[in-house]
Amino acid sequence: MYDNNKIIPGLIVFVGLITFPIWYGFGSAGHLPIPEKSTKSKECVESVEYMRTSHMVLLNTWRDGIVRMGETRHGETADGTPYVRSLQKGCMNCHTSKKKFCDECHTYASVKPYCWDCHLQPKETN
Amino acid sequence: MADTKVGQMSEDVVKAPSMMTGAVPTKDWMDVPAVFKPGNYCYPGKEEMAAYHNKNLPGLFGESRTWLVESDDWLLPENWKEIIIQGIKERLDKFRSFKIFMDCCVRCGACADKCHFFLGTGDPKNMPVLRAELLRSVYRNEFTKAGKILGRLAGAREMTFGVLKEWFMYFYQCTECRRCSVFCPYGIDTAEITMMAREILHLVGVNTNWILEPAANSNRTGNHLGLQPHTFKENAEFLLDDIEEVTGLRLNSLTFNRKGAEILFVIPSADVFADPGIFTFMGYLLLFDHIGLDYTISTYSSEGGNFGLFTNNELMKKLNGKMYAEAKRLGVKWILGGECGHMWRVLHQYMDTMNGPADFLEVPKSPITGTVFENAASTKMVHISEFTADLIKHNKLKLDPSRNNHRKVTFHDSCNPARGMGMLDEPREVIKAVCNNFYEMPENTIREQTFCCGSGTGLNTGEIMDLRMKGGLPRANAVKHVRDKFGVNTLSCVCAIDRATLLALMQYWNPDVEVCGVSELVGNALIMEGEKERETGLRFEPLEGSEG
Amino acid sequence: MRILKSLGIVLVLMLVAYLGAAVPGGPALFGVVFPWLAFLIFVGGFISKVVGWAKSPVPFRIPTTCGQANSLPWIKQNKLDCPSTTMGVIGRMLLEIFAFRSLFRNTRAEIHDGPKLVYGSSKYLWLFGLMFHYSFLVIVVRHMRLFTDPVPFFVQALEFGDGFLQVGAPVLYQSDLIFLGAVTFLFARRVVLPAIRYISLPADYFPLFLIFAIGATGVLMRYFLRVDVVSIKQLTHGLATFQPVLSGNISGIFFVHIFLVSILMAYFPFSKLMHLGGVFLSPTRNLANNSRMVRHINPWNDPSIKPHSYASYEDDFREFMVEAGLPVDKELPPKPAAEDAPAES
Repeated sequence: MYDNNKIIPGLIVFVGLITFPIWYGFGSAGHLPIPEKSTKSKECVESVEYMRTSHMVLLNTWRDGIVRMGETRHGETADGTPYVRSLQKGCMNCHTSKKKFCDECHTYASVKPYCWDCHLQPKETN
Repeated sequence: MADTKVGQMSEDVVKAPSMMTGAVPTKDWMDVPAVFKPGNYCYPGKEEMAAYHNKNLPGLFGESRTWLVESDDWLLPENWKEIIIQGIKERLDKFRSFKIFMDCCVRCGACADKCHFFLGTGDPKNMPVLRAELLRSVYRNEFTKAGKILGRLAGAREMTFGVLKEWFMYFYQCTECRRCSVFCPYGIDTAEITMMAREILHLVGVNTNWILEPAANSNRTGNHLGLQPHTFKENAEFLLDDIEEVTGLRLNSLTFNRKGAEILFVIPSADVFADPGIFTFMGYLLLFDHIGLDYTISTYSSEGGNFGLFTNNELMKKLNGKMYAEAKRLGVKWILGGECGHMWRVLHQYMDTMNGPADFLEVPKSPITGTVFENAASTKMVHISEFTADLIKHNKLKLDPSRNNHRKVTFHDSCNPARGMGMLDEPREVIKAVCNNFYEMPENTIREQTFCCGSGTGLNTGEIMDLRMKGGLPRANAVKHVRDKFGVNTLSCVCAIDRATLLALMQYWNPDVEVCGVSELVGNALIMEGEKERETGLRFEPLEGSEG
Repeated sequence: MRILKSLGIVLVLMLVAYLGAAVPGGPALFGVVFPWLAFLIFVGGFISKVVGWAKSPVPFRIPTTCGQANSLPWIKQNKLDCPSTTMGVIGRMLLEIFAFRSLFRNTRAEIHDGPKLVYGSSKYLWLFGLMFHYSFLVIVVRHMRLFTDPVPFFVQALEFGDGFLQVGAPVLYQSDLIFLGAVTFLFARRVVLPAIRYISLPADYFPLFLIFAIGATGVLMRYFLRVDVVSIKQLTHGLATFQPVLSGNISGIFFVHIFLVSILMAYFPFSKLMHLGGVFLSPTRNLANNSRMVRHINPWNDPSIKPHSYASYEDDFREFMVEAGLPVDKELPPKPAAEDAPAES
């Protein structure tokens, strides 16, 4: 091999960069997010699968409907249970802690929703 | 002169179906065979020429034989394919450039319309990318996993006689001018690929005589023209007569093979032999006499141009070796080089590596200005334009630029000094000091983007005139532009091949434009001590104000 | 044909992943085994390719000089396009690698009646090439959020910047749009420009389709079909920490996406994509133009290749030389008694 003094360091830097996640998280499994379960009700406004992948779409639909098109805040689940279509008065009625519920997954997946740009962040008790 | 009349060719390049005119071949390029017919190939090397080189450098020039390009039997050795594959392998191991350039091309096409041969012929295989693919396809087939497994799907193909014919055709339609490599995002240099291909072709004795014979001459007589020492001297001295006629002065500063001179001056040999190089040579002599330079010219090392560069690195080294050998024998301090393109590619990028270190020479220092040429500290060779520009900057020359008033001058950057050396401003400084009328060609055609004369690397042979005129079209077209716009009538350059080839090119495309070396313009402008009033320039053309 | 073949291969690969992930054991194969294997092939293949290049020396110093060289002190050197020092070379390489300097020079030539050749500026390839590579880089770095926990600040910052328009939920990344747009452009010019279509190989179309499909499945996953990102991160972060968790909540499109990425990684070292490494090693760019100042060493320089010697030259022509008054090293014998056979070498 020729020019080892340049090529080998170059390769080391390259391999270092592309293996970043390996050595960055070496030995730690990371924590698994466990969003706090609601104690108030057994059932959410949609199925768990839907809520896992698409709750942000639901919230967006609510916002657009209520704020921009004057829709009602009244909603009903599949079995007829009424709920308030509102982040703070609806969702957070059951999932009371942003920290223990929302942030749990959002932090894990590095998602920064801009809900709280407008909404007042609820005060956490602990 | 070319077989095709200029009017016809003017039509053809614009209207005849070609990739430049918007026609796209219906067949995949791998399925389009190379067909040789008179006018589109250089004559093959004579048997004795290949034999001569083979004797000096055994094994590199194949079996010597008489063969015909248009024949379907090139009398190749039985195992020619093996030789070629082995030749590729050896060169992959010797040249990293070759490996990288084989692997890295993404076929982005940035090079496609940068080649003068493509612009002139519209032949898709003259796009640098396809030229390289001709070889790359075989490389993939033999040396890459993808090519071995996927074959044509991976752009691989077997080495066949048809491929060999393509190589001979298209690696002799590349002048190693490096223009494509300026634009390539990975710096892929087709010159390098062409060099490899030509080395490999030589291994199986596929060659051209216009390269082999001058190379043989250079080896034996010292210059590519085959001028023997006494003839060389006579020719040079004949030009002293011409100088006397123009200036009234008999110069006595020209010496040959003189030991103990301070400087060895090496020129392209055409400068003592052929119009218009001889006027450049007269310019050199006047300049040296003007400043009282202690120099000598060698008949043994009387060729700066290196025809070995067009064959293989071994012959290039062998021919180049004479310069240092002669400098050592004569005991000079350093070497000055004349106006020559390929010569300077070799001197700048290869000489020291191949034949150095030149520890018996001193770091070049101008005896007139005291300037030390630090940029040549190791190779110890200085370009005449660098040397002259330095003299002018220090006001060491008495100049009358009005003696060039009959010339409206433009400057052609020769490929090698431009892209293999970076010498762009020195000749311009000289021209501006010795001429009052200087006009640049359009910016996409000069400096590092300059266009080749169309006949470099041993292609300036008569049997391919049409091809040369097409290849030179981009250059000629840029000259035409400044001729029409500013009335330019003189195309100056610092290259001997240019002086030969641009002459033909101008006669064809722009018949009223003359070609000259920069040093000729210097010679015209120099006010020599004791000279008579000049009525003509160095080529006996009347000066402005003295016509009629 | 070349286009359809490449497209066909990518479509088949997608189908294989989609169906494969649906059978028992499929998720483990496509979600864990293949990505690990592909990463190994990528790293190993990349290194061995570069080492392969490094095994060949650079015998000659052959930079393409794209500007005025270092010369007389009063002549202004173009230090970036024609560097003569290591610092200059670093500058040139940085420009080449981060700003695609050479491609920026691109022109387009046309021939008109006359004949008249004209050269126009043509920066589209440069622009879209740059957009493509930078958005690719941004996307790769952004994906680190799925491979790290906690997510490093620079990944978070990049995500924030990339989504600063705050369009939609999930937030739209500009890089996704630029990426797909640039790939489409690169593909379109290959198809539309006759010269480029003529030189294009399946090996040119295949990576474009592959990369487009990767981008498209990614976009589908994020904006349209939506997937359970927490489950996916459990898998992907597990890939990096060697403890992958396959929960049942990962949809098929994810496996298509990760399989295509695996194919890309495994294909990389054996393809033109190695220009990523090659651009650093190109001898016409990464060498200083100082060949006359510093002697460059060729390890295989053959000292046995000597010039035709002066002595044999003089032997050949001594008589003529003496007659012409040229100095000779060896005088003529008083009477040429015997004719010497001229030696040649």
